[in-house]
Amino acid sequence: MYNDKNAQTIVEYIQNFTRKNSLFMLAYGTGCGAIELPATLTSRYDAERLGVRGAATPRQADLLLITGYLSTKTLKRVIRVYEQMQDPKYVIGFGSCTINGGMYWDSYNTIKLLDKYIPVDVYINGCMPRPESVIAGFKELQSLIAAGKADGAAKYKENLEWYRENQKKVLKNWPLVEYNW
Amino acid sequence: MNTILFEILGAIATILLAFTVGMFYGGARRKIIARIQNRVGPPVYQNFIDVIKLYSKETSIHHGAMQHMGPVFAITASVTSLMFVPVLNGGGWFWFDNLSFSGDLIFLVYMMVFGSLGMALGAGQTGNPNSAIGVTRGLSQMVGYEIPFVMSMVALMTQFHTTSITGMMEIQAQSGTWMMFSNPFAFITAVLAMLGMFHYSPFDIVHAPAEVASGPVSEFGGKYLGLMMSSGSIFAFVKLTLFVNVFMGGASNLIELVVKTFALYMIPVLYGVTSPRYRTEQAITYFWKWPLFFGVISLLWAAF
Repeated sequence: MYNDKNAQTIVEYIQNFTRKNSLFMLAYGTGCGAIELPATLTSRYDAERLGVRGAATPRQADLLLITGYLSTKTLKRVIRVYEQMQDPKYVIGFGSCTINGGMYWDSYNTIKLLDKYIPVDVYINGCMPRPESVIAGFKELQSLIAAGKADGAAKYKENLEWYRENQKKVLKNWPLVEYNW
Repeated sequence: MNTILFEILGAIATILLAFTVGMFYGGARRKIIARIQNRVGPPVYQNFIDVIKLYSKETSIHHGAMQHMGPVFAITASVTSLMFVPVLNGGGWFWFDNLSFSGDLIFLVYMMVFGSLGMALGAGQTGNPNSAIGVTRGLSQMVGYEIPFVMSMVALMTQFHTTSITGMMEIQAQSGTWMMFSNPFAFITAVLAMLGMFHYSPFDIVHAPAEVASGPVSEFGGKYLGLMMSSGSIFAFVKLTLFVNVFMGGASNLIELVVKTFALYMIPVLYGVTSPRYRTEQAITYFWKWPLFFGVISLLWAAF
């Protein structure tokens, strides 16, 4: 452990500890999954004991929760919101719609795999995932952050061209500026 | 030379004390709210984790110079007002001789507004419509609670013929009665004004996350949000210590201070957790009804 090159320095360890225990969550409630979040955050399941709390704007948020399917119209907003968030930032894909389209798999105007458009750290499958599985997803993300492996933002920066290409394939006549600060 | 060094050291220690106490009070508030809502709630030190995380975030937003200055103004106002509030009886704490002078209560009444004004300028620069709405709401609410607050302070100043906080603490020590008993109406007015000062529910119209997306801070993330959180916790300590000094006879040691300020802090917290949010005009008319009435009574009490 002492001579391990990949081991975290103590500063990184503290940073990752605080990051994993204080997740400001921006719930992008486009689909039906948004209805599971009040149950997750209120008295029965109480996600705040894990340090998860709601953020009001993308600027303050660490964690973007995509709850359900994304039509191409809402994808524009999601890209904009994701790029406005400050590093380090994480994304949780919520429900099977973000994994393979779910029940919208043959729809003409929804995207199938969210990971092609923005980097997703953790998927929660199910239709709908219950609050227990949402909390399990938070726990999974926390263990990834603690290990320093939740590096979606860095991946997005490195492969920006690839992501942009995919985004522009879906969004004909690209409506956004080159990068939404 | 040595004394100046000790003064600076003491000032830094005072800031750290105010920060720590304010942060723990914020955490205790979150815990109490959670328990009242039948939740487990975050640990008491959750606010420290949040602040360290916010300081370690990257901040790459630029809307103009004032946007970067706004949070700095806020924390400057908090720290400056802290320097004029005696922490313990006799003015000092930890070699730190307070910067009090004979008119410091009047100065503080002005200084406590400065942070909100700086925030308003900073939020105005960001150009976010939610910020603009939040700022107008905040300034209207400030007009609401400042008038009863100033009335209660003026009542005390005229009744006891002193405008210094240490002078008021000495009067209370000599006479043996706290000012909350020698002018009870001023205390009621000040506590009602304090409800608005803390911006907790039901007077959280400024930061209402569901209405205006956290208002003035909606465009501030990362380090700026951390700066504002630190400023807010220092300012909470300033307000509570000022009220304890003026109305409850100050404190002779830190434990007494914590007990008294925490008891006072429970008033806005418990009132807030059981009340839903007011609309803007309801909040302002609230301050201009009973608190103003009690303020006039306290002025009459002081005059006759």
